Amino acid sequence: MIGKRFWSLFAVALGGIYFLLPLAGMVDFSMRMKRGEYSFEAYRIVLADPQFQQTFLYSVVLALLTIVLGILLVVPTAYFVRLRLPGLRPVIEFITLLPLVIPPIVIVFGYIRIYNTSSILPLTGTWLGTNLLLLFGYATLALPYMYRSVDTGLRTIDIASLTEAAQSLGAGWARILTVVILPNVFVSVLSGAFLTFAIVIGEYVFAALLNVNSFGPYMVWMGGNRAYEPSALAVVAFAITWACMGLIQLVTRFSKFSTARR
Amino acid sequence: MTTSAASLPAALRPRQLIHWIGVAPFFLFATLFLILPTLNIVIGAFRNPQGQVTLENLGKLLSPSIRSAFWISIELSLLTAALGCLFGFLIAAAITLGDLPRWLRNGIITFSGVASNFAGVPLAFAFIATLGRLGFVTMLLRNWFGINLYGSGFSIVSFLGLALTYLYFQIPLMVLIITPALEGLRREWREAAESLGASGAQYWRMVALPVLWPSLLGTLALLFANAFGAVATAIALTGSSLSIAPIVLFAQIRGDVLNDPHLGYAIAFGMIALTAIANGIYILLRMRAERWVK
Amino acid sequence: MAFLDIHHLEKAFGATRVVKDFNLGIEKGEFVSFLGPSGCGKTTVLRMVAGFETPTSGAIRIDGRDVTGLPANRRKIGMVFQAYALFPNLTVAENIGFGLKVAGEDKASIARRVAEMLELIGLPQLGARYPFQLSGGQQQRVALARALAPRPQVLLLDEPLSALDAKIRISLREEIRRIQQDLGITTIFVTHDQEEALSISDRIVVMHQGIADQVGTPFDIYNRPATRFVAEFVGTLNLVDVDVVEAANGRVRLGEVPVVLNRPLSARAGERISLALRPETVALGRTEGHDVVLAGRIAEVHFLGSVIRIRVTVGGQSLSLDTFNQPDRPPPAVGASVEVSISDRDLLVLAA
Ligand SMILES: Nc1ncnc2c1ncn2[C@@H]1O[C@H](COP(=O)(O)OP(=O)(O)O)[C@@H](O)[C@H]1O
Ligand SMILES: [Mg+2]
Repeated sequence: MIGKRFWSLFAVALGGIYFLLPLAGMVDFSMRMKRGEYSFEAYRIVLADPQFQQTFLYSVVLALLTIVLGILLVVPTAYFVRLRLPGLRPVIEFITLLPLVIPPIVIVFGYIRIYNTSSILPLTGTWLGTNLLLLFGYATLALPYMYRSVDTGLRTIDIASLTEAAQSLGAGWARILTVVILPNVFVSVLSGAFLTFAIVIGEYVFAALLNVNSFGPYMVWMGGNRAYEPSALAVVAFAITWACMGLIQLVTRFSKFSTARR
Repeated sequence: MTTSAASLPAALRPRQLIHWIGVAPFFLFATLFLILPTLNIVIGAFRNPQGQVTLENLGKLLSPSIRSAFWISIELSLLTAALGCLFGFLIAAAITLGDLPRWLRNGIITFSGVASNFAGVPLAFAFIATLGRLGFVTMLLRNWFGINLYGSGFSIVSFLGLALTYLYFQIPLMVLIITPALEGLRREWREAAESLGASGAQYWRMVALPVLWPSLLGTLALLFANAFGAVATAIALTGSSLSIAPIVLFAQIRGDVLNDPHLGYAIAFGMIALTAIANGIYILLRMRAERWVK
Repeated sequence: MAFLDIHHLEKAFGATRVVKDFNLGIEKGEFVSFLGPSGCGKTTVLRMVAGFETPTSGAIRIDGRDVTGLPANRRKIGMVFQAYALFPNLTVAENIGFGLKVAGEDKASIARRVAEMLELIGLPQLGARYPFQLSGGQQQRVALARALAPRPQVLLLDEPLSALDAKIRISLREEIRRIQQDLGITTIFVTHDQEEALSISDRIVVMHQGIADQVGTPFDIYNRPATRFVAEFVGTLNLVDVDVVEAANGRVRLGEVPVVLNRPLSARAGERISLALRPETVALGRTEGHDVVLAGRIAEVHFLGSVIRIRVTVGGQSLSLDTFNQPDRPPPAVGASVEVSISDRDLLVLAA
């Protein structure tokens, strides 16, 4: 028995070294900008950079829009499939798995081919079109996570009864979805949303290939031209990822509280 | 059929219509932004610029430079998927079966959630800061242990460096997927096996691993696809000095190199084909492994 | 010494003592049930015998050999779990053959033994199926066959019938008993169902808060419960308050009626104590051998089919009695005045 515990601790400790060293390295490096002392100089420079502010803000807005689009696409679909169209389930599951299997770079390549300036729908020709395309691309990437979160949420509530109750009170579909279903799966939607945020905020390939100057390409540009600032950016990105995952934990724990009496 | 359809209550049909309208945006979206783009690539790979059907493009995949790019990609993806599975499995086994305190398990799961999503550009920066020429560990090894990492041929901008970096998101992903599967192993199975005289190793070989097999295979395929499509990490880490398939495609799309869109199609098709094959093998093996499930 | 000998067994999880000074000897071929409410420590004792838990103190001997420190896989013990616990990835035949395979037996003899076991549990056709293709009852039979195939020294069953529905529960318990007697295998059967324990055991151990309250044959346990807990847990029971008149030879008064128990009582004269009485020992009207006759009034009549359970109020106390249904004699009406009679020998004096 002691052996089992020892080997487990051993495995975890080895893993700990591998996983913590890069974090240590990143933090260490980000603070070495001034010779001979630790400082937050790199952070100061990065945060004061107008390029940073602009691209970061842009990516945040885009991530939020992605979340909204994702919810609009996924919630009604998952709801109707669960409630009335169970036959579609395998199809939907297949489709929502595809973005995990098809490399993103292939998808964006397809976009460029289909929606270029000489096509029927020349989205890449205009500023708005390009941004829309990027938004759609991110929503596609987020599909697996969004769908799975929402579907899990729907599974834990009795949507059939909720729907019938709402219908008997005279609610229409739009009302049922927004007033009854959405609040009940809100926690799951939030989990999907934070995950989406973490994925989208620093995304590089889509943005770079669609020539959009968002946070991802900005980071790569910094990586190619500066020494210490990239580490500071990495720390910032890591903090954002932590925050998103932490928030997911928080909301799920909160939901366990509030639904414990079921 | 017609009679029964006609005899349906009138209210049912518009209601059903609403269900379909409810799912229509999703399907429209998936068609326009997932399926059509992919199909376009697949079809494009078999057409020449004049629109005729051809295998010429695929033939170009056999040129030495592209073939080697694919090989490196495959090796990298296979290696990191396999090692990710192995190490992820060991960590997951340690936290589920290893008698460790609950907080440690929860902490590792949360961290895995973070690390598996901490991919792309920032991850590359973190590894450069750690194992780069002036990185934290590089300096540590040199100043404290007198080991010259770069003198011994190591570089973060290499196959090995890339593999080390990829493992940073591969291992946690495995931990996240396989932990619930390990927790699904019932204690009674182990006890039944023991009381029947089986050793721990026999239990793992004859019961636990076969039960886990489908999950293991699935994760392997997922990790393979995950590594195969990872472009941002590779570009941020190596620029384009390491020629792997997605980087070649990236350069191709940017128009930096060659500038033959149909070669781009072919490379993209090759990538789809490989991930599809990986998943096909997985599905096949899974069906065989799961004879015993409904 | 008994074949399976449990000697001063103790088990504590942290500060809670779950099993306290548990002693039991089981003869070879004997079928012993552990009976008790959920949480009383039955499973824990069983798991210590199987080798899945280490006793805090005490010893377990099988066939004269101390196995207390022996790992589970070397104890030669067959175990059947409540939730079947068949290996889902193996067919029925592979499940049954598992113990033989890990013991390194050759294919032909495994196949022979598996066929024999399938025959024994009455499922000769199902060897090629997977567990998920079987009903619960069938799965539990296979689990039994799997446990028996390597010819264990002892068979342990932990509430093997609890997950099944009532009909199958009864037929399977009879089958378990038949197989056990055919093979003559020493068996411990854990249950919280008193009827189950009474119907198939050679002896029953009634457990209560980690202690073996009473060990005895079903007949003894039911008719001569040693403690109040045993009496209440096994079967239904009337508690009758009586006033002690004289302790030495057990003279008491039930209401106005004097009763002589012919047993010494620990209570003193003038004290009021409770005696226990099984419903089937109370007769409606006068009966030969029942010397104590009490007047009462019918309070409730429950027609249960072959048995009629009647509640009678006797001098402020309530007595349940069971009579058999007789087609030509309808039960008395509620409110009717009746006489009931009991025999002083049926009154049970219970330790606390
Ligand atoms: N591994 C354990 N850790 C702590 N307490 C336990 C453990 N196993 C059982 N117990 C406690 O021991 C008591 C007896 O359990 P058990 O033997 O399973 O009872 P039974 O089988 O009679 O229902 C219960 O109160 C239970 O909570
Ligand atoms: Mg139990």
